[in-house]
Amino acid sequence: MRALPELMDPKRARESPESAVLSRPSAFPDEVLERILSLLDTHKDRSSASLVSKAWYHAERWSRARVFIGNCYSVSAEILVRRFPNIRSVTLKGKPRFSDFNLVPQNWGADIHSWLLVFAEHYPSLEELRLKRMTVTDQSLEFLALKFPNFKSLSLLSCDGFSTDGLSAIATHCRNLTELDIQENGIDDISGNWLNCFPDNFTSLEVLNFASLNSEVNFDSLERLVTRCNLLRILKVNKTITLDQLQRLLVRAPWLTELGTGSFIQELTPRQYADLETSFKGCRNLQTLSGLSEATALYLPALYPACANLTFLNLSYAALQSEELARLLAYCAHLRRLWVLDTVEDKGLEAVGQNCPLLEELRVFPSDPFDEEIVHGVTELGFLAVSYGCRKLRYVLYFCRQMTNAAVATIVRNCPDFTHFRLCIMNPGQPDYLTREPMDEAFGAVVKNCPKLQRLAVSGLLTDLTFEYIGTFAKNLETLSVAFAGSSDLGMQCVLEGCPKLRKLEIRDCPFGNKALLSGLEKYESMRSLWMSACKITMNGCRLLARKMPRLNVEVMKDEESNDGQSYKVYVYRSVAGPRRDAPPFVLTL
Amino acid sequence: MTPPLEHDYIGFSEASPMGRASGVDEDPASLNLRETELRLGLPGSQSHDRSKPTLAGVSIFGKDLEFSLSPSKNSAAPVSGAKRGFSDAINGGKGVGGLFSPRSGESSVNAHQSAASNSKPLSKEGFGASPQTKTLQEKKSQAEAPATKAQVVGWPPIRSFRKNTMATNLAKNNDDTETKSEHGCLYIKVSLDGAPYLRKVDLKTYSNYAELSRALEKMFSCFTIGQCAANGLSGQDGLTENCLKDILHGSEYVLTYEDKDGDWMLVGDVPWEMFTDSCRRLRIMKSSEAIGLAPRAMEKCKSRD
Repeated sequence: MRALPELMDPKRARESPESAVLSRPSAFPDEVLERILSLLDTHKDRSSASLVSKAWYHAERWSRARVFIGNCYSVSAEILVRRFPNIRSVTLKGKPRFSDFNLVPQNWGADIHSWLLVFAEHYPSLEELRLKRMTVTDQSLEFLALKFPNFKSLSLLSCDGFSTDGLSAIATHCRNLTELDIQENGIDDISGNWLNCFPDNFTSLEVLNFASLNSEVNFDSLERLVTRCNLLRILKVNKTITLDQLQRLLVRAPWLTELGTGSFIQELTPRQYADLETSFKGCRNLQTLSGLSEATALYLPALYPACANLTFLNLSYAALQSEELARLLAYCAHLRRLWVLDTVEDKGLEAVGQNCPLLEELRVFPSDPFDEEIVHGVTELGFLAVSYGCRKLRYVLYFCRQMTNAAVATIVRNCPDFTHFRLCIMNPGQPDYLTREPMDEAFGAVVKNCPKLQRLAVSGLLTDLTFEYIGTFAKNLETLSVAFAGSSDLGMQCVLEGCPKLRKLEIRDCPFGNKALLSGLEKYESMRSLWMSACKITMNGCRLLARKMPRLNVEVMKDEESNDGQSYKVYVYRSVAGPRRDAPPFVLTL
Repeated sequence: MTPPLEHDYIGFSEASPMGRASGVDEDPASLNLRETELRLGLPGSQSHDRSKPTLAGVSIFGKDLEFSLSPSKNSAAPVSGAKRGFSDAINGGKGVGGLFSPRSGESSVNAHQSAASNSKPLSKEGFGASPQTKTLQEKKSQAEAPATKAQVVGWPPIRSFRKNTMATNLAKNNDDTETKSEHGCLYIKVSLDGAPYLRKVDLKTYSNYAELSRALEKMFSCFTIGQCAANGLSGQDGLTENCLKDILHGSEYVLTYEDKDGDWMLVGDVPWEMFTDSCRRLRIMKSSEAIGLAPRAMEKCKSRD
């Protein structure tokens, strides 16, 4: 058993600012305090609790089992294990978000392996690892599989560096695995043989998501796996799984709560279709449905019986037309989250507004983002239609080719509860297409009408006025993404001075220079990170920042895409671990 | 009985007859193909329906590819779908129909291709064994590299995974548009009672019973299916089932099919899509043998008259 934490450690007394005020021993025995604090779930609550007093700090750190690290370079593994001795679950995010869009070169860092080495020594009972934008090699996956006998849950989102061989290692060695969740990673998809590596006596799987892998898996293996894992509640297969194969899986696992189908386009005989329909009817617990790649109108009706309890429908890889969507949505009255492609067009979004009054989240992705000749997709009208019918909307991601200030103003009047407003007008710097004015008033309306706004992404032709509005009204804003916007340093300054809760600021291709950068000196320490690329920053500005703020890591990369050779990508973040030791040659830490 | 018939015993199911083009001779390639072509009909005879498309067909891995030998004549070909089975020779290129309804994105995809490749979409397919890969690569390169347009790196902000997946789907849809089939063709055997050999037809190239019956009639015309074939085939969809029965009414033959359950059914009862889904083979049965079926057929015809 572990020893009681030392409350009167003089070293710790010096570290904690509360020690002068509350240095008396706690009224509760530590075990009781720990037990109480162990009921705290969210990281924010736990962080708050740890600041109350030294007693609470120690009770919290001993009782914490799950840790979330939003920037893997803000803290080191050594510091982590020293503070939290009993961690079972680690969530790590690595690269800056713009790495998703190829703005960060390969081999930038965020490699999990050094963390795993430390965890093997200090967290041998580690059960869960959730990684986002980290580099994970096959060697790391094998290490993970072999060194952590209690390992249960692996989630990899938008990661890179591994192949399906690494998944084989996981399947082979993790006897207690409950979750394998592989999403949208840039990996080497060698073969589907990894699925065969689950031993015959392996039955613990509850979550299996391999929807984003392309290579074909052995269906017999999959069917046997699904049959013997009777706790399976989330199954998302890839598009090599055909409809009749899906039907056989559904028969084995009708109690699924989340289903990702494979390809929805196979030719079915009437009998096969009837079987499929029956199987979907048997899925009474479905809350989430996704996949449906290459769906045709012909077989979508088979789904209808399964949609009664759906709360999340992800059609973002299914190029549905407006009528197909409308007919499907008629069965999805309880929908809270909907992701679609813009192939459904405004008419499809009208159907959303008509059928889904409980909708809280809508994401509309572009089906052909690089073709400017297209006159399809969605416009401001679709967004408007949704806002009239779905008053509870709070999360929107909307890719479109035209928008007006008036439409956005109406939308946020209809839906004042927005917490996440991400509007992407795909042509950079495009004005209101009716008035030809900048889109300043649109985002002004957003921040004025939506006091709960936490996340904002702006686009279109924008002047400094947009940022004045943001700085003045967006008092709860935590994340801001800006591209091809602004007129001068003033814009960025307004945001840095006006948004007290700002944590993440990412900017590209804006006319913000050193003055703007340096206006946020103290601010950056209260933020997670700042990213600026293709702006007007110079090396001197970055050096000045680094000199004035030693507790920030200021990392500079040369911007290869720029023409003048003077442009830099700057990544600024707070860290208690000091400058990182694994920076590649093209990253200069000032 | 029959004049010397040319027919394709050599894997008719695998390959469409080469060069079922009509009388356009300027392209030496097409000439060579026609030399070796085995087709139905008297040597040198050409029906008026063959006048239009000058397409050479190659079927590889069960999937029909088309490439244009004389592009100037092919305004209709790419849009209507290039997968012509044997019926193309019969139906004059109108064999394709509404089974695959072009999506609204199709024209834009074609426009995209034209913009990118500056040539007719059809010409992309070439002779290679994997046109899909080629198209896919082109699509992918357009998705990733700002070669053809002034694309900004990392804009619009979409994850690479999604970009690549959509590029793949676009390529696939595009191929679907041109080949008209997501899963190859649907060749089934057609037998005629008393004929010395069987034929094969691709059900995917028809959109209703009328077209099928026309094709079959022409295919087996030498065996005289019936004079009333010439009547009442106006092609109205609502009358397809009736037309078929009208053909057979009074003729000595009944058209039947074997479905996936192994049962022999009368053609024309179910909607066309359901028929193509379940049909495994066709049999043109002598009325005298179709004792169970034919009387019903005749009764139905009578009741509709």
